Amino acid sequence: MRNLILEPTPKTPKVILNSDINVFEVSGRSIPEDSVGFYRKILDWVDEYAKSPNPKTNFRFQLEYFNTSSSKCLLDLFRKLEKLHKGGHDVVITWSYDADDEDMEETGEDYKALLEVPFDLVSI
Amino acid sequence: MTYSYYKNMQLNNIIFVYQGEVTADLVSSILQMMENKLEGDGEDKKIKKKVFNVMVECLQNVYHHLDTLEVGANTDSDINDRTALLMIGKEEKDYYVITGNHIINSRITNLRDRLEKVNNCDKNELKALYQTILNDGELSEKGTAGLGMIDIARKSGQKLGYDFHPVNDKYSFFSLEAKVARV
Repeated sequence: MRNLILEPTPKTPKVILNSDINVFEVSGRSIPEDSVGFYRKILDWVDEYAKSPNPKTNFRFQLEYFNTSSSKCLLDLFRKLEKLHKGGHDVVITWSYDADDEDMEETGEDYKALLEVPFDLVSI
Repeated sequence: MTYSYYKNMQLNNIIFVYQGEVTADLVSSILQMMENKLEGDGEDKKIKKKVFNVMVECLQNVYHHLDTLEVGANTDSDINDRTALLMIGKEEKDYYVITGNHIINSRITNLRDRLEKVNNCDKNELKALYQTILNDGELSEKGTAGLGMIDIARKSGQKLGYDFHPVNDKYSFFSLEAKVARV
């Protein structure tokens, strides 16, 4: 399938979704006014990927900032990965955060509490 | 005249003030400028992040509010309901972000209830409220999840300041103040 590669901007994260090399990453800042518009591309990609996923999917997030409208879109994305996991596939979400960023750690905990999919919090 | 503006801003520890229409580009520019300013002042990384987060939510909150106003709905020529006031300051103990905009009087009760609810929550209750709304709340068309105030309160760690100043039969001027401690 086609890869989805988005270069970072001051308001949107870097996105690498490449099933050929098994890399799924969203990193940087996510503070667009129109989060729904931005995340639609990613959600659509994951829908397509879920039709024939790789044996193991490790979806990595390393965000510096995100706004509250992105937070809902991120949950929608996690829900899709949760669904894939519940369908019997090997899926892990990795949430990396700066070691001294308590807010980002806490938001990771918020998500983990809401989801039934392996969700690793990694301090870096 | 100019000097009195200057002294007034200095006395009130104002770094930045803007009055006018709020576009997405304007919000980007303010954020970028303030990020450079925080960087240049050598502010602590944690504080810098919190201030930046609170600025994003406060400014985008106003942007979304103005953006959802119906064209031509305002029949009151004395009031430009599409303009807002944005202020950022640095006091001895806190950074503060203040926004002000007109709102229709009928919306006050709902907004005041939400603000009171947020201000009556402790840290753990805010966390629980955030999770509940994140999980249940539907996104509005503009992508606002009703989480903004809660997130601002969480990052701020202090009570939100607010006021509804009556303007006329139809409008009030709503102001919101969020602080982030510098220590």
